Amino acid sequence: MELNELACHELHEKLAKKEITSMDIVKAVEKQIAATEKNIHAYITIFDDMEEQARKIVDKLTSGQVDKESLLWGIPVAIKDNICMDGRRTTAGSKILHNFIPPYDATVIEKLKNAGVIFIGKTNMDEFAFGSSTETSNFGPTINPSREGRVPGGSSGGSAAAVAADEAILSLGSDTGGSIRQPASLCGVVGMKPTYGRVSRYGLIAFGSSLDQIGPFSRDVTDCAILLNALSGYDSRDSTSVNRPVPDYTKALTKNIRGVKIGIPKEYFIEGINAEVKKAVERAIETLKKLGAEVVEISLPHTEYAVATYYIVATAEASSNLARYDGVKYGHRKEGTSIVDMYGKTRADGFGKEAKRRIMLGTYALSAGYYDAYYLKANKVRTLIRQDFEKVFAKVDVIITPTSPTPAFKIGEKLDDPLKMYLSDIFTISANLAGIPGISIPCGLTKNDLPIGLQILGKHFDEEGILRVAYAYEQISKRGFYGL
Amino acid sequence: MKIDKKTVEYIANLARLALTEKEKESFTGQLDKILNYIDKLNALDTSNIEPTFHAVPLKNVFRDDEVKPSLTQERALAMAPEKDRNYFKVPRIIE
Repeated sequence: MELNELACHELHEKLAKKEITSMDIVKAVEKQIAATEKNIHAYITIFDDMEEQARKIVDKLTSGQVDKESLLWGIPVAIKDNICMDGRRTTAGSKILHNFIPPYDATVIEKLKNAGVIFIGKTNMDEFAFGSSTETSNFGPTINPSREGRVPGGSSGGSAAAVAADEAILSLGSDTGGSIRQPASLCGVVGMKPTYGRVSRYGLIAFGSSLDQIGPFSRDVTDCAILLNALSGYDSRDSTSVNRPVPDYTKALTKNIRGVKIGIPKEYFIEGINAEVKKAVERAIETLKKLGAEVVEISLPHTEYAVATYYIVATAEASSNLARYDGVKYGHRKEGTSIVDMYGKTRADGFGKEAKRRIMLGTYALSAGYYDAYYLKANKVRTLIRQDFEKVFAKVDVIITPTSPTPAFKIGEKLDDPLKMYLSDIFTISANLAGIPGISIPCGLTKNDLPIGLQILGKHFDEEGILRVAYAYEQISKRGFYGL
Repeated sequence: MKIDKKTVEYIANLARLALTEKEKESFTGQLDKILNYIDKLNALDTSNIEPTFHAVPLKNVFRDDEVKPSLTQERALAMAPEKDRNYFKVPRIIE
């Protein structure tokens, strides 16, 4: 195996024993990017100073600039292009920010700098994270490494594809309605959306501020826990981050799930779900049963309202958040005869089709006369969805569902039918509405070798609970057996 | 029909989007279809339900009023499409 194919925890062991250097890993990643990136297009920007970063890492460790306890030092990591990095172009996949160079680091970037990672570049994404396929990027689509002509999922499609194609060891994504978990599922990697408030959103280009959360992509569950350790924690610069202690998530990886109660929501095994996906998930559930978990059927009765609720809440918040792109302070500008004319032209030229569609929908939902009927109504239904989970989590420890109703679909298949595209998030968006954590882990392949993902949802701030179940299952699946 | 071309034009103006005729037409149909789907929420009686604007309820998050490092004027202006001395420059506002 080449170094760029290994997990972070395996590489760390070799680095700590001085069997390899960070430079060796960087060179392996660069070689892979040179060989495969033209077919994948995982990145919008690839940094040309990776080797320089690797050369400096030992000095930084010695001088204390990098945390000596870090398990991430010297490890190449890719960053979704909606996370601000000081002095590095950050576009959010949009023409309106095509030339934007942030003057500051997001909190997660500060944390990763302190942990001593090597930054590879900025990954491709749906414009402003609006999408489930990475096709709405202004910089062209990303291709699923599993198969030519298929989408990687989205919106963090570039981050998922970079890890799946061995062009990164780890990556960061953001998840507003499934944008980490769904691409992780479609690309066959591990992706987690932490509890709302677990990870600081400071420096994340806002989409739906009450839903957005940054989280890790990795090859395995152990790496997911390691990266989550580095990202988590209270930040005074994000008033919605929650001030509570961060446990060591790697301690949750115990293999023992005897007596763990797993709920299977009947509403998630509906008609329209791909037969191979259903079979793989059911097989994974059987496996967990054999490992000692107790499996019970549960009901989340408001599930069918989640997509409708989400597309009002998320677009309303997005339309407000995107009001800042006006051609005045930074980003793209198109000249006009008056200031209002300049705003209109700048935004019409700078935003893509899906961004405009969502701004229109959100503006409508918030406009005078419609606020009660749409925005307020949707937030009331959001309460019902949240209460569904509260009731169920009084009885079970985790909930298991498919991550996505289908494996990776074809490029172009859903692009012109927004409603069809929105329905591909059907299993992931409830977690964002309720604010609970969720992970997607690989649980098999279709007969055409397309990855299938298993979603595990947990209680607020119980990332440990979902990591524990994910890790126990992975002990079986990583040997190539997706079921016992 | 919930959405006609006039509504699209009204919303586009609120959102400061100078849409083309073609965009106005396609958004009219698409937004109408999406809103019809969203109407399924009306099947639920929510008259006694409090809204959830945030999943994790937090109230009055205060911090001490201390001066902390912030962007210099130069850095804040560095990305401006147009500037004049220490100002962002925009087209004429007052006729």
